[in-house]
This record gives sequence, C-alpha cells and structure tokens, in this order.
Amino acid sequence: MSEENPGFWERATKQPFIEWFPTKIVVITLVGFVIAFAYGPLGLPLKSEKTQVGFRGTGMVELTERGAYKAVLASVEAIPESDEPIEFVEGDQLASEVYENVQVLGHISADNFNRVMAAITEWVAPEEGCAYCHGEDGNFASDDLYTKVVSRRMIQMTQTVNSQWQDHVKQTGVTCYTCHRGQNVPGAIWFDETPVQAGMLGWRNGQNVSSPRVASASLPSGVFEKYLVGDANIRVISGQTNSDATGMNIKDTEHTFGLMIHMSTSLGVNCANCHNTRSMNVWEQGPPQRTTAWYGIRMVRELNNAYLNPLQPVYPPHRLGPTGDAPKANCATCHRGVNKPLMGTPMLVNYPELAAPAPQQQAMAN
Amino acid sequence: MAEYQNIFTAVQARGPLEMGAHSTDMEYRAGKPFLSWLVGKIGYAQFGPIHLGYMGVLTIVSFTLWLNIIGLNMLASVGWDPIEFIRQLFWLSLEPPNAKYGLSLFIPLNEGGWYMIASFFFLIGLISFWIRVYQRALALGMGTHVAWGIAAGFWLILVLGLFRPIAMGSWAEMVPYGIFPHLDWTTAFSLKYGNLFYNPFHALSITFLYGSALLFAMHGGTILAVGHLGGEREIDQIVDRGTATERAALFWRWTMGFNASMESIHRWAWWFAVLTPITGGIGILLTGTVVDNWYLWAVEHSYAPTYPQVYDPIAVDPAAMGGN
Repeated sequence: MSEENPGFWERATKQPFIEWFPTKIVVITLVGFVIAFAYGPLGLPLKSEKTQVGFRGTGMVELTERGAYKAVLASVEAIPESDEPIEFVEGDQLASEVYENVQVLGHISADNFNRVMAAITEWVAPEEGCAYCHGEDGNFASDDLYTKVVSRRMIQMTQTVNSQWQDHVKQTGVTCYTCHRGQNVPGAIWFDETPVQAGMLGWRNGQNVSSPRVASASLPSGVFEKYLVGDANIRVISGQTNSDATGMNIKDTEHTFGLMIHMSTSLGVNCANCHNTRSMNVWEQGPPQRTTAWYGIRMVRELNNAYLNPLQPVYPPHRLGPTGDAPKANCATCHRGVNKPLMGTPMLVNYPELAAPAPQQQAMAN
Repeated sequence: MAEYQNIFTAVQARGPLEMGAHSTDMEYRAGKPFLSWLVGKIGYAQFGPIHLGYMGVLTIVSFTLWLNIIGLNMLASVGWDPIEFIRQLFWLSLEPPNAKYGLSLFIPLNEGGWYMIASFFFLIGLISFWIRVYQRALALGMGTHVAWGIAAGFWLILVLGLFRPIAMGSWAEMVPYGIFPHLDWTTAFSLKYGNLFYNPFHALSITFLYGSALLFAMHGGTILAVGHLGGEREIDQIVDRGTATERAALFWRWTMGFNASMESIHRWAWWFAVLTPITGGIGILLTGTVVDNWYLWAVEHSYAPTYPQVYDPIAVDPAAMGGN
C-alpha cells in the first residue's frame, strides 16, 4: 500500500465514496443474483402461484402449479362437444327393446343410448371408433372382445361414483373422459410393485428408492397396495397428550407420509390444502377439503377392490402389470396434477344416464 | 490489515518438525511428521504425528466396520452395481429392524440384523473415541472440556439410537443410516408426535444452535478484526490486556452495551455448543415416552395460541361422524 498506488481498502477509507465504489459490478452482481435465484433454484415466478387461504400468520398458503394447470386447461378444451339428452316421449323404444344384450343401459331410450355410445367412443376410443369394443364383424351384441366387457363394468363404476360418492365428486361428477381423456387406457394408472428378491444383504424394507409414486422421495413406495387396495390405518398421530392408543410408530408414519405425498403431487397442492400448518390431525382448524379427500381415499379403495381388480381375468396379458395384476386407480388417475379434475368442469350435465345405476334412475323419475 | 479478512491464513506458520511434548506414552505416536502448504493454509503447517493408542485403533476399526456394513448393504440393495450405487446414493439406506422384533437381539441379518451389528460397532466407536479424547487431554495436563463437549453430542446420538428405543421397547425407533432416509425419518418423527416445533426442548436446542453460530461469528470476527494488533494471542491477553483486547472489548461495549471478557467468551461458546445437543436430547427422550402429541401439550400449556376459525364449512372428521 504505497502512496503512489494505494490499495482498494486504502482508497475506500480515504477517498470519497463515488471515487472508489464499484457501482457497476455491485449492481450487475445483485441483479444477476436476484434473477438467477428467482427463476433458477426458487423457480417461483414461473412455477407456482400462492394464495393465502387461512388466518394471517399461520402460513396457510395454497400453491397452484402453473405447468399442471396449463396441461389440464388443454384437456378441458379438448372435452368433446356433447348433445343434450333427447326427451323421452311416450312410445319411444328402449335400448333393451332395440338391441340385444344391453345389460346396464337398457332402461334408456334407444336414441339416448346411441348418444351415450357415441360420447363414450369420443372419450375412450376416438381413433378406433365403435370397433374398439364391438369388433369389425358387425355383431354389436357380442361380448367376445375384452374391451366391451371392461367398458360395461366401467359404466357401472361411473354410475357408482356419481351416485354413491358425491361426498367426493359432489355434483360435478365424472364421466369416462375424466380419466380416459381420449385414450384407450387412462394416462395415470398403477400396477403392483414387483417384489424384491431377498438375499443376505441389501434389505430395503420397501423404501429408499427414488420412486415416482412418492415424488422421488426415499419414502416407502408400497402405499397404493397398502392404502388404496388394502385398508391399513392411515392415522398415526395420537389424539391424547400423554398417551398413544394408535399403535403406530415412526415407520408407519413414513407410509402415511408416502400416501400423502402421492395425494399432494396428484392434486398439485401442498399439505395446507387439507391440513392446518400447526397440527396434522386436528380437523376443525383446517380447510374443509380434508373431508372431501377422506372420502376420496375410501372411494378409490372401493373402485380398486370392487371394479378394477376383479377385471383381472378379463384383460389380455399386455394390459396387465409386471406381476399379472389389473391396472388400478389412484388420486392421479382423475386429478392429473390439479385439485379439481378438469378444473371442476361439470361432466354430468348432459349425461344423466351415467349419474346413477338403472333402478335408482327410475326411482328418481317416479 | 486486509490479509486477516481472508478465508485462509495468509501466513504459513512453519517451524522445525517436532514430536510434541514428552509424556509416558511416546511410543503410540504414529507417523513421521511433515510440513504441508495446504495444512498451513488452515492451521499450523506441520502434519503428524498422530497419537493412536489402543483406543485410537479401536475407534478406527469400529467406525470402519460400521461404515462398511452400511456401504456393502447399500451396494447390495442396488445389485452390486457401482454406477447405481453412486446414482442412488442419497436414497440408499441401511434400515433398522421392524417393530415386530421389539428389543430382541436375535434379528434376521437381512431384516435389520446388519443394522444392529453396524450400530453395535458405532457404539463401540463412540465410546472408544470419547475415552481417547479424554485420555489425550489428561496426558497433556489439559482440562477435559473437549471430552465433555463431545459427550454432549454423543448424548443426543445415544438418545436417538439407544435410550429412546429402549424406553419405547423397539429397535424400530432407531434412525436409518442413509442420507434422504434419515431426513424422511426426522420429518416422520415430527409428524408422528404432533409437530416437534411445539416441543420446548426442541425450541431450546434451536436457540442454542443458532446462538452458537452467532457467537462463533461474533467471536471469530472480533479476533480477526484485531489480529493485526496481536489479538489472536487470546490466552496472553486474558492476564495481560493489550490494545487488541481493549479495542475488541470497547467495540462490543459501544455496540451492545457490554462485552464478554477474553475468558468468558469461550465459556459462552462452550455452553451454547454443549447445550444444543443436551436440550435436544432431552426433547427427543420425552417424545413418545412422556409426551405423545406436542401440539396438544402446547395447547394445554398455553404455548400454542388459538386462531379464529376462518373456514366454511368447518371440516369434520368423517370417521368421528360414523364413517368407516
């Protein structure tokens, strides 16, 4: 630090601010940091929107993921046009009178039956057309193709969802399109995991792999089998301060955690969508969506056990999973990354035929 | 002036190579000492000799076995594929046995047995390492402050891996040996026991942890700032205050009203560091044994505030309403 060539710190202590402060470098660095962090590691301006949903200061914030939102918006726009139901006039023929082997929708008029059939084609097999289920030989009554047998059961499943699970699907309801979105097989289904061969070493206890089922966490991945087919207890937190009657431990908690992460990613929501930030198990301080989600878990469990799993013998081998099991549903099957499937677009308006099974429909009409 | 503000020591502290103070167990000093420029960047430039002794050897053997049992199990879990081992390393883990084995010591090797063997060696390693640190301090006629500081850390480790599992009656309560898996375990621990943030000992532990960082930064900054006046010779200045001490003390008295002394700042630092795992360990030991839901505990003790109900409708538990 000689007199002729003073060092930086020397100048900083003696010369006026404007003479030595590296304004340009500092400003450029700061702006660079802000941009890099906001769009890079944080990614917030691009990825998600935040909304305060609870009392101030409690951190009750809902996230909306923009990517999933856009993708679903495209699906909503792609919902096929639908015609209103044709009014039943005295003397109209019923589907069961016109066609053979109509087991589920025989009670509606033939005109409406054709309208529903056309809609299902648009929803599930827009490219293959009627032949996807009915074959090329013109015998529409035949049950030879597995696709037709599965479709019939799926119509019954849709009716069950819309009539018995309104606690979950409300009045919005579901149609084939809610899951299928123009594809023969819905985009988000799951199969049983292949069991790991046990050796002398390397026990994983069903976890510690980067499983997409649990958002690539190292959490246990067998949560669909455990909770969405099986009815294992999900609740792990004691309702008492100084005693615990749940019989659940930390490992059980990791399984519940895994299921919750699946729900979170399937719906594109954070924990605060259903839970309050202070206590996971207290219901009355959290959003009412938690009740809807509770019914959702039970609904998926029933659909897998009563409708999807029993179809296993019907499917050809290429539709089965690696262990030979039937394709099954989870939260993502309908939700696809948003909290309301298809942004809550009412699906049932023009399809009262899918709202309830036959006897119930007749009872409502009377 | 500026060189003392750098990350690395600008002056290479180099002297003639030495074996250290004479004591009765000279023969345990392993390795030929040498000067290292890199070591000189972060400390005194001489490397070695290391005092091994029985406890040192036991420590190395135990920790090596512990680490290798974990590593080989991880490697086996990816089918002995070294590429997959590196790719999935952060996800891999050696898992503790499931709850069905309780506190049994006879657990199938590949269902947690390896974990228990690894944990046994980990325990031996911890104990022998502590004895070694304690003995080295005595051999040099030092106080045993470092040994007790390490003991505080081991207390937290043993609460997590030994005392609490025994109190809970199951080895399943132990922490998995894996990077993401132990973090998932930590989150699950908090979830299971009704939000650990309402555990006052957890709060205390965080206070001491952050306090340690603050004190470390304050102390390090202060001493470096008076380094050009000889301020790093702290011990001298405890008894003979020079201008460095005077300035450092005055700096804090001007800034916040009072200042630590050259001696007391080290007591501050030692107690903050030691209390971090001591309070944390108490909090963990109480969890699941005495308190099963910390949120409810906090509500009962007016520790968690009540917030207005803002949701419509108010969420009801369908199971409580007679659902299945």
